Amino acid sequence: MKKVYKTTLSSKKELADGIFDYTVVCPEIAKESAAGQFLHIDCGEGTLLRRPISICDADGENVRFVFEVKGAGTRDLAAMEIGDTIDIMGPLGNSFIDGEYKKPVLIGGGIGIFPLYMLAKKLDSPKIFLGFREKSRVIMEEEFKAAGNVKIATDDGSYGYHGFAVSAAEQAIDEDGCGVIYACGPMPMLKAVKAMAEKRNIPCRLSLEQRMGCGIGACLVCSCATVFEGTDKYKRVCKDGPVFWSTEVTLDE
Amino acid sequence: MNKNMEVSICGVNFKNPIVTASGTFGFGEEYDEYVSLNEYGGFTAKGLTRMPRAGNPPPRIAETPYGILNSVGLQNPGVEQFAEHIMPDLARKYDTNVIANMAGNTVEEYCEMAEILSETEAAMLEMNISCPNVKHGGMAFGTDADTVSHLTAEVKKHCKKPLIVKLSPNVTSVSEIAKAAEAGGADALSLINTLLGMAIDINTRRPILANNTGGLSGPAVKPIAVRMIYEVSQAVKLPIIGMGGVMSGADAIELMLAGASIVALGTALFTDPCMILRVKDEMSAYMEKYNISCIKDIIGTVRMN
Repeated sequence: MKKVYKTTLSSKKELADGIFDYTVVCPEIAKESAAGQFLHIDCGEGTLLRRPISICDADGENVRFVFEVKGAGTRDLAAMEIGDTIDIMGPLGNSFIDGEYKKPVLIGGGIGIFPLYMLAKKLDSPKIFLGFREKSRVIMEEEFKAAGNVKIATDDGSYGYHGFAVSAAEQAIDEDGCGVIYACGPMPMLKAVKAMAEKRNIPCRLSLEQRMGCGIGACLVCSCATVFEGTDKYKRVCKDGPVFWSTEVTLDE
Repeated sequence: MNKNMEVSICGVNFKNPIVTASGTFGFGEEYDEYVSLNEYGGFTAKGLTRMPRAGNPPPRIAETPYGILNSVGLQNPGVEQFAEHIMPDLARKYDTNVIANMAGNTVEEYCEMAEILSETEAAMLEMNISCPNVKHGGMAFGTDADTVSHLTAEVKKHCKKPLIVKLSPNVTSVSEIAKAAEAGGADALSLINTLLGMAIDINTRRPILANNTGGLSGPAVKPIAVRMIYEVSQAVKLPIIGMGGVMSGADAIELMLAGASIVALGTALFTDPCMILRVKDEMSAYMEKYNISCIKDIIGTVRMN
């Protein structure tokens, strides 16, 4: 039987303004976690629904997740203190990795970079492109550098490549080749990654985000539009995803 | 003390009075990974339509104070897929009552579905005339008394299982609709379906749901459910399956005191997939505290001021 776990918050850091890096102790979740999967977290009495947050890393008895304060749920979550109990379901959803490919390229934008960290550590010398709004928002650079070849991009050019991560990735892919792309980030970025990958016939795995209910595939609220017809038109981000092949999904909002 | 949680309605025995609300539980398999479906008195399967339906575009959910709005729009594989594959599989695997739920666009569709589902191993059929998220049929059937009695009478001619009519709270007098369902020959009633609502993102000035409006459920609607269950229990003789914001054993007891014979969990399952176990434990503790040997003895026993 699957379980809902009472985990203990063991480490809390604020990486940038409003972005919190949490580690909880839960050997059961840590053991099962794969890159791309998510946790469904009870943020406390103030909200009814759990909040889905992607797994950043899992090792031994520790599970790490990083989140941005966006609304009431994440605000309550950010108020928790070391030693507090956090009620978590997980790991849920599927994994980034679906088959073996050479020359992997990872593209992440903003808070979409976090699930890529565990993936980067699993892959053999990946090329990693991370996009941020500006220099003060750049986080986890050193950690990613230990896992692969990293290029940072900022929208305003205040640090690294001036422009979008996907543009930086496109240049590198055309120069050096690429066997697979893994991406997570805001919808405009995912659309650009999908177009870029499909133009070059590169297999591409996209991690999607959607407002969720049950988190386990029963309530059918976190749907995403696919290229299929009939009852397959909408797939469940929580259960069929959150990672999809770019050619499966339309990314229509 | 030996506590008896059994309740029977329409000749169907429920080992405990807790079931699930349609649309919150799929066809059970996902929740069975957390708690065996055999722990429930029964469960209501996802609403079925005559033909498969893709449902509404996302976003389909928004959290509101103590509640959620949803606009799934009856995404389902169609009644035939359920009758031929899903229900036989459920009957083979589990020892609990399955209530099949159907939603039609026309009287003919409801009748056809009742015929198809009557040949399955479903214990009861629930007729959804109260879905707020589809353009045709759905709630349009459930808000007019004459339509409700006519539709119920027609469907009964094609239905060989006990027929539950699921009522909409989006009406002026739920008792009038309940009486109309009873006059049409309904065997039981379930209430309440969700309340039609809307939430706006003030930054984009657009409704959060792609469908603009959706059905409100969760603790926010519980007092409305309690009041309507009480009113309906006073207006008709039919057994009631009560639902609306039940988050605990205390809430389930409250709905039973108001007049529900069976209580369904819905939104609560999203907060805790193992909720059934806690609800049953809390109900047991209540029975112990008040020296109640059979849970059915509390049905409709509220003492009004």
